[in-house]
Amino acid sequence: MSTPDDMHKQAFREEASELLSELENSLLELEENPENEDLIGRVFRAMHTIKGSGAMFGFDEISHFTHNVETVFDLVRSGEIPVTKDLIDLTLKARDQITTMMEAEMGGDPPDRELGEKIIAGFVALIPSNESKAQSGPAEKKPEPEKLEPRTYRVRFVPNRDIFKSGTNPVYLLDELKELGDCKVLASLKDIPVLSQFDPEACYTGWDVIITTDKDINDIKDVFIFVEDSCEVSVKVIDDPVLMESPSKYKKIGEILVERGDIKPETLQTVLEEQKPIGEMLVSKGLVTKDRVESALEEQKTVKEIRSKRQTDDSASTVRVPAERLDKLVNLVGELVIVQARLSQTSSVKNEPILSSIAEEIEHLTRELQDSTLSIRMLPIGSTFSRFKRLVRDLSAELGKDIEMTTDGADTELDKTVIDKLNDPMVHLIRNSIDHGIEPPDVRKAVGKPDKGTVHLSAAHSGANVLITIKDDGAGLNPRSIKLKAIERGLISPDADLPEKELFGLIFQAGFSTAEKVTSVSGRGVGMDVVRKCIDSLQGSIDINSKEGEGTIITLKLPLTLAIIEGLLVNIGDESYVLPLSAVEECVELSKKEVDAAHGRHIINIRGEIVPYIRLRDLFRIKGERKALEQIVIARINGERIGFVVDSVIGQHQTVIKNLGVVYRKAKGLSGATILGDGSVALILDIQQIVDMARDKEVTTVA
Amino acid sequence: MSKTIMTVDDSSSIRQMVSFTLKKEGYEVIQAVDGNDALEKLKTAQVNMVITDLNMPNLDGISLIKKVRAIPSYKFIPIIMLTTESQDSKKSEGKAAGATGWIVKPFKPEQLVTVVKKVMK
Repeated sequence: MSTPDDMHKQAFREEASELLSELENSLLELEENPENEDLIGRVFRAMHTIKGSGAMFGFDEISHFTHNVETVFDLVRSGEIPVTKDLIDLTLKARDQITTMMEAEMGGDPPDRELGEKIIAGFVALIPSNESKAQSGPAEKKPEPEKLEPRTYRVRFVPNRDIFKSGTNPVYLLDELKELGDCKVLASLKDIPVLSQFDPEACYTGWDVIITTDKDINDIKDVFIFVEDSCEVSVKVIDDPVLMESPSKYKKIGEILVERGDIKPETLQTVLEEQKPIGEMLVSKGLVTKDRVESALEEQKTVKEIRSKRQTDDSASTVRVPAERLDKLVNLVGELVIVQARLSQTSSVKNEPILSSIAEEIEHLTRELQDSTLSIRMLPIGSTFSRFKRLVRDLSAELGKDIEMTTDGADTELDKTVIDKLNDPMVHLIRNSIDHGIEPPDVRKAVGKPDKGTVHLSAAHSGANVLITIKDDGAGLNPRSIKLKAIERGLISPDADLPEKELFGLIFQAGFSTAEKVTSVSGRGVGMDVVRKCIDSLQGSIDINSKEGEGTIITLKLPLTLAIIEGLLVNIGDESYVLPLSAVEECVELSKKEVDAAHGRHIINIRGEIVPYIRLRDLFRIKGERKALEQIVIARINGERIGFVVDSVIGQHQTVIKNLGVVYRKAKGLSGATILGDGSVALILDIQQIVDMARDKEVTTVA
Repeated sequence: MSKTIMTVDDSSSIRQMVSFTLKKEGYEVIQAVDGNDALEKLKTAQVNMVITDLNMPNLDGISLIKKVRAIPSYKFIPIIMLTTESQDSKKSEGKAAGATGWIVKPFKPEQLVTVVKKVMK
């Protein structure tokens, strides 16, 4: 089989032999009409093509030889060299030489090199000296760029107003920069005129980009190669690890004065507060626009971050510690938090100033100790992400699909135990995306999507939670077939009218699978419900979003850590309970009047929305009378709002989770226990399970 | 929808190489042998990008670029010129006429693909 390269070579040979025979005729005609521009042009173009295309397809010798002939004819064309009989003779010889060279390439006799050199010399002699050097042979092969330390550059790119008219999209250039490294892009909008003077075909925006990359400065400049002449492009190094910041930076004047005791720190503080930041002052005087200052501040921030990070990098030596020692430390900190709570409570009862100041200090330190201990167990999720790369690769090969996995937020940190437990559900979800979500290449092509499917994993912090999303650009979920399947499996009644979101939630029910065939990868109906159970056990939640034909986005919301959670402490009778605060949305009152108005149904109207509730007093069979005014804690579980009725809400509580003893481990509706400041025990509620229990009970009562 | 690229060159081997390379990358390719042929074909086909040689009979590359830019629907499409002249004069002449960028011959198929992906997404 011939390679594309052979094919192109063959095409060139055919073309060249045509050109050469045409060249002969042109030259002979030219001899008779030496002034004919058309003929001169034809000779030039023949040489031009042989040279240019020859070089393209590896006929370097021919290309090199032809170069000088072309140069001479370019001069002839511009009238600097006249067409003479000698020139024609020489060119005919050159033409013959090229023919021989072509034949030699195909296995004919080697050309007479001496003759070739003589011909070249003949042409070179015709060229005025300053032109002869204009050789445009193949560029020198660049040495492999060595890996550079990452540096930070400031790129200012102010496109020409008419940039669109040259077919350039400046956003592509910014995208290209983003591929080189970490970018912060700030747009300068100061030149945008008012609408009446706005030309929609003009580009008014400029950009400052702060980029940190290990690429060479020339790679950055190369991005702008096509526009550097017409646009303002400047690239400057603003941070280089090799040239560390000058040590000449000394303390600020205020700091020195304070140190010497000449002024009080408070005085300095008040004076400084009166002083506006320099950027603000410049803006208010109209000397610079606000976006310019913002851009400069961003630069300052980025460089500072990079420098401080580098310093920690330099000094960061690591110690490997067995995980169990860490767990023990976390447990001890947990105990300490409990003891500290007791101390605080005692001190508030005793009301002794000395004791309370100690208690406060201990509280402060414990909090800090707790934070730093937990942060020891934090690991970036990136290692898990990279494990999935392999999974995606192998699975897509197995299923004959072309799938690429992209990630972001790989440096987001999560508790090690969470990460470990996250592996299985993530594998399930990714498998599902690949197997059910992303279509085979031919189907994708048919619906106008790129052949290559994408699975995007991302992680980001959101308060005390981490959001992990798995996004694919596949077929999306089909609400109708989910509904049919759910009815068939008896999960919903045939006349149920569920919103799309709740339908999607059904795929996490046990025994649910919409894939028509079972593959080795998925489709056995186990998996998705396992995913939900697993995420529940991590105190997390799942959100699913899908558009048919466009793809599916699954978002996992997980707590940062499992050892200590933020809880909401509530009272029922004499008992205390803790609800995970992450699920709680609000607390409202439930009056006797409202209960009566509902005629025995456990629902309440909150701002026009009907919310069902569960009375924990009844559920746990706590003795005693119901209060006239109860409290409902509204939590969101799998997208539904559900209320939990308690006697009173105490408040937020740092909850150190203790496992229940063996005997109670199977108790439903409880995920653990914690010890309160007064030494009493509060049970931690597993609200998901409580809802399931209530639902089961209802189903059996109805049936 | 795959994008359509027009290659304009009087050298058949270059046209073949360009269209082979681009087709392999999933683009549709239309070939034209010179400027006039290109203008004629642009009338009937919707093209997303033009790659043109500069030295061509009948209508050369620079004039072609000017004429293409004058057509309203092609005012903003990327146009790449192929040049053997690495001299700046040709490049700036082409840029002034409205070219988006250039590729200096000889070039490798990969270079062609890189430039195409640089200017069109």
